[in-house]
Amino acid sequence: MTSSTQSNQETIQAPCPECEAPVAFSRSPLYGEITECAACECELEVTNRSPIRLELAPEVEEDWGE
Amino acid sequence: MRIAMLYTRLRVEERLLIDAFDETGVDIDLIDTRSLVLDPADPGRWNEYDAVLDRSLSLTASLTIGRVLESFGVRVINPTSATAICSDKLRTTLALERAGIATPGVRVALDQESALDAVEAIGYPAVLKPTIGSWGRLVARLNDRDGAEAVIEHRAVLGSAQQGVYYVQEHIEKPDRDIRVFVVNHEPVAAIVRTSEHWVTNTARGATAANFELNSEAADLAIRSSRAVGADLVAVDLLECPERGLLVNELNHSMEFRNSVETTGVDIPGIVARRVIAINDSPTPSCAGRSR
Repeated sequence: MTSSTQSNQETIQAPCPECEAPVAFSRSPLYGEITECAACECELEVTNRSPIRLELAPEVEEDWGE
Repeated sequence: MRIAMLYTRLRVEERLLIDAFDETGVDIDLIDTRSLVLDPADPGRWNEYDAVLDRSLSLTASLTIGRVLESFGVRVINPTSATAICSDKLRTTLALERAGIATPGVRVALDQESALDAVEAIGYPAVLKPTIGSWGRLVARLNDRDGAEAVIEHRAVLGSAQQGVYYVQEHIEKPDRDIRVFVVNHEPVAAIVRTSEHWVTNTARGATAANFELNSEAADLAIRSSRAVGADLVAVDLLECPERGLLVNELNHSMEFRNSVETTGVDIPGIVARRVIAINDSPTPSCAGRSR
């Protein structure tokens, strides 16, 4: 897992735990929010809000769906 | 008014719903299903909620939590009765058939050999689907007996017990698209067509979405389907059969709409939020069909 930096009010980002590329948020993310790393396309989950911490999102399970 | 939203992951859809509730001025409590410990003997804080919107990705979690909450008298959206039907393709077929709603032909078998008989009865190509599953996963088109034997054997050897239910569906020679109608409180609110060069037209499998102008046939089928399963919210998937017209293929109780808001110009999360807020003004829907 990796933690965030917030250099100014406009930049909210944290490094991707997989490739370490910065993952930026347009607004403060919520706990449990899912995002994708633009660099490696990994699905990531926000597991802490302050500082922002990202972990690999859980794998899709058999009974998941819509 | 107090509303809770159950979730597994806060995806784009859940974030849009949170924003939609914010716009109504109604606060919602976000509840990660992974964090819950439920006491069947004690409702605790649950009775403080006027409604609980279920956005869990996990069917197991939806049904488990929903049944406990409903036992406390909490209004869950969708009701677990609707979720149980929509999430299970066989139960969906039964509900549609009992309600007289046009749907592709199906055979069900529980053994490898009888599964082959089921495929032969449907004819080639046939579609083999898991009864529980989504996003087009493990859906197989069986073009001939060799292929059918191989897929059925793989299911039997590698699959879970659930995969031992062979749900074989008639293959519909549809155009390279299907239609999805979003239904809220038994009213169609938006519709899209999902187009793909692949025969599976799920957007999760790469299909593209475009607006669909609802006609009376599609709207009528969507409304009747929603009523047949007693859903507050449901996405009804329709196939265009060249011979039989529109057929209801599947129902989705926890609909995804991220690709449909801009496409249709309809504020689907806003409509859903307002429906949840108004839930106490209407009775819990019941299934119109006789399959329960």
